[in-house]
Amino acid sequence: MNDIKTQVRQYILNNFLMGGDPERITDSVSFIEKGIIDSTGVLELISFLQETFGIRIEDAEMVPENLDSLEKIEKYVDSKLT
Amino acid sequence: MLTIQGTRVAATKLTSGVLDIEPQTVTDRICQRLVDIVGRDQHRRGVVVALSGGIDSSVCAALSVRALGPSRVFGLLMPEKDSSAASEDLGKLLAEHLKIEYIKQNIAPTLEAIGCYQWRDDAIRIVFPEYQKDWKSKLVIAGGIDGRFNYFKLVVQTPDGKRQEKRLDHKQYLQIVAATNYKQRVRKTIEYFHADRLHYAVVGTPNRLEYDQGFFVKNGDGSADVKPIAHLYKTQVYALARFLGLPSVICNSKPTTDTYSLPQGQDEFYFALPYEKMDLSLWAHNHGLPAEELAYCLGISREQAEFIYRDIETKRRTTAFLHAKPVLVENVPELGL
Repeated sequence: MNDIKTQVRQYILNNFLMGGDPERITDSVSFIEKGIIDSTGVLELISFLQETFGIRIEDAEMVPENLDSLEKIEKYVDSKLT
Repeated sequence: MLTIQGTRVAATKLTSGVLDIEPQTVTDRICQRLVDIVGRDQHRRGVVVALSGGIDSSVCAALSVRALGPSRVFGLLMPEKDSSAASEDLGKLLAEHLKIEYIKQNIAPTLEAIGCYQWRDDAIRIVFPEYQKDWKSKLVIAGGIDGRFNYFKLVVQTPDGKRQEKRLDHKQYLQIVAATNYKQRVRKTIEYFHADRLHYAVVGTPNRLEYDQGFFVKNGDGSADVKPIAHLYKTQVYALARFLGLPSVICNSKPTTDTYSLPQGQDEFYFALPYEKMDLSLWAHNHGLPAEELAYCLGISREQAEFIYRDIETKRRTTAFLHAKPVLVENVPELGL
């Protein structure tokens, strides 16, 4: 479970924030509200999740409830893998 | 009954009437400002207007003629491979209606040379390997007004009319958009050539919807010296067109992007709602009306109205970069920067 969050946090830090303090991205922080990811960033994040975890994110699943924080992504990806 | 800022109001307050304008007053105000901005502030002798044949550029050109006179307005028709012949006809009709000088410059050879079509087609073939040069294509937006994140679908059509569509991943989406943005940027380069040659200013033609929601290309159609109708909702621009006596075929035209080879409405590509509904949504959001009232007016659910409000805010955030000037690392106070 932590592995998903760790990988996504690292990706977001490297790709969107050009490095920095991992503590800046807490488990529950909203990527959109905090301006960490914009709409193009969401598309990049979706590509990353699909490639990294070998899942297919359907159109109907591209909602903030699945993708707008580390803990939401963890829960969503975990559900796709089980 | 609804409560808005502490006041109980009828749920029928929001109607299309909120966008009514007094066209004579609005026209006089814009014309006076155009004279002041172009002549007094910018020290230019006239304006260049790119004529797409659409309502916005037509109204801008007509306002410019009213403000400065036809001899100080220079029109440009700049068709390319994917723009429709009808657009060029409308642009020409308008230029002749306004009695302004204009020229036509086909930008297809420039776009070909710079790689616009090649880069676009390369990206399309990653999604549809069988794509051929004689196929048509367009991008369609989805998601935002249904509560999902916005994403884009690529639609392709064979010469015999068979259509396919697929969701784009970010790499292909960005490459297709970047390639097609060449069109707006090449046009703007030509506009500024003529502006420099004539010592004129360049008119930008966004309406309020486009300006607010970032529906323009940075350093492309977003670049200009003056934007006369950026404060007017699209509905109001149509009202001005009728007041200014523009040809009815222009007054009744439907907004299109005229950028992709398949016919594409602006609502398909960017706004996801017809402009009349987008205008009311933006007005309601700007005036702090609750989603319930927008829902009542548009005949949609409260949840859908909330999605529209959220989409408006998302697009504002996402496109703030397009409005922004280059950022200096340190101030240069001598220039007031």
